[in-house]
Amino acid sequence: MSLTDLYTDIILDHFRDPRNYGELDGAAVSVDHDNPVCGDKITLYLSIRDGVVEAIKYSGEGCAISQASASMMTERIEGKSIADAEELLAHFRGMMMGEAEPDEELLGDAIALEGVNQFPIRVKCAALPWDALEDAIQQNSQLAESS
Amino acid sequence: MRSKPSSIKKSSAFDLHSIRNDFPIFRTRVNGKPLIYLDNAATSLTPRSVVEALREYYLDYKANVHRGIHTLSEKATEHYEGARQTLANLINAPSTRNIIFTRNATEAINLIAYAWGQHNVNDGDEVLLTIMEHHSNLVPWQQLAKQRGATLHYVDIDETGNLLVDELENLLSEKTKLLAITHMSNMLGTINPIRRLTALAHANGTLVCVDGAQSVPHFPVDVQDLDCDFMAFSGHKMLGPTGVGVLYGKESVLDEMMPFNYGGEMILSVGRSDSVWNELPHKFEAGTPCIAEAIGLAAAADYLQGVGWDRLQSQEADLIEYTIRRLGEIEDLELYGPRTNRGSAITFNVGTIHPHDLSTFLDQEGIAIRAGHHCAQPLHERLGPVATARASLYFYNTREEIDVLVEGIQKARAFFTR
Repeated sequence: MSLTDLYTDIILDHFRDPRNYGELDGAAVSVDHDNPVCGDKITLYLSIRDGVVEAIKYSGEGCAISQASASMMTERIEGKSIADAEELLAHFRGMMMGEAEPDEELLGDAIALEGVNQFPIRVKCAALPWDALEDAIQQNSQLAESS
Repeated sequence: MRSKPSSIKKSSAFDLHSIRNDFPIFRTRVNGKPLIYLDNAATSLTPRSVVEALREYYLDYKANVHRGIHTLSEKATEHYEGARQTLANLINAPSTRNIIFTRNATEAINLIAYAWGQHNVNDGDEVLLTIMEHHSNLVPWQQLAKQRGATLHYVDIDETGNLLVDELENLLSEKTKLLAITHMSNMLGTINPIRRLTALAHANGTLVCVDGAQSVPHFPVDVQDLDCDFMAFSGHKMLGPTGVGVLYGKESVLDEMMPFNYGGEMILSVGRSDSVWNELPHKFEAGTPCIAEAIGLAAAADYLQGVGWDRLQSQEADLIEYTIRRLGEIEDLELYGPRTNRGSAITFNVGTIHPHDLSTFLDQEGIAIRAGHHCAQPLHERLGPVATARASLYFYNTREEIDVLVEGIQKARAFFTR
């Protein structure tokens, strides 16, 4: 396993030129997640209507892996239904555990994160935005129940 | 007579070779490369003699201390109490009554926060810290202040990373019960003028707790000269085993304190409704102590004395100067902390490369550095970056290793900006 498998060109591209970076005004849900060991932080904003993620943005800072992962994730999640987002989340986690054959059609650029599973200490970096997504979906369903 | 510089170099290179032979871990290869260990502020490596001391205790005279009336218990007690004497000598404590074995520096500071703080810090009192404290000398006081209704104040640093002593002086008031301060910053490498600060604090009636985790391993520390009331340090950062640390306290202060933990060993007698505490230092060592670890730590202290502080310090001073000079050659590298008169924790960031990515890259080259906030989050907040990279040195490191580090950082720059 070489470093170019971990830091692929597409990962460095998302790190340098992040998609959907910034705050989202009027977001229905926002969640903060951080990795206390390294100080990586992410705030994820979701605007959800009729069970569909209409807009998604993130802010924060961290390593190339966590930031590229956030950028790639938001790109795939925008416009997806909650059910599809959950399916993608489960598939991504399967890839991180080395359990599932990654499906490029589903993952998009995020398939480039496959190499991270060969660097166990860095898996939590790639997982950070996805953990935040799970939280955001949960928060959204609680909001829906209480309203 | 002064020897020629070349002959100094030759002899110290020879010594370094024999010193490195005492650390079998240098034979380890990491990702196919020779190990370059630059994470000494997190924990140091272990010489064979320390492992040998642990081995002897476990295999030759394993017994509990201070209780059995049998040969091995007597021998174990002799070695354990001998270790206490060795540690007392190391920091020039007046007696073994001042030396309490704890699990680590953190536990030593918690001991003070509970056994002294809960009884001496009250509503409206103040505790003075510095912004460069490690979490271990910060969180115990933060929580104590919260519980007791006291206020925390943080003394700031100047732009070079040195403590603002004037500000500290101004913050001392009649309410200030304690000054908790690190001897050497684990992030900035700053060495604080403890003797001057204890004089200021004591003139104000304020006690001083010094975090010696980064100082005791690197230079001679004399607690009587510093005149601090408490000092805490960890064994594993000074070649010793994990699981043992030391709390030094002035006898007059320790005498007044309540025990921290209750149980066996720390009592003279136990009745059904009350007990009488054992004398110092045993009053603070409830239960079976870290016998093997304390004996191992004494072997570590012996090893350091064997190297000699003069040699150790001149070796480190040369390495620090060399590292700062070589790192300074790297474009976009931002160095934190003082450039001179500083310790061996050297923290930096390189351009937009996140320290975690840098650390993963260097790891592939066999180089171990630390990346993150180094348990000093308020200091990182003060300085700006969420995370930094740190190379922390010890006397067994070499200039050649620093060359490999610098080369590795250059390669990382090329890799991440490709």
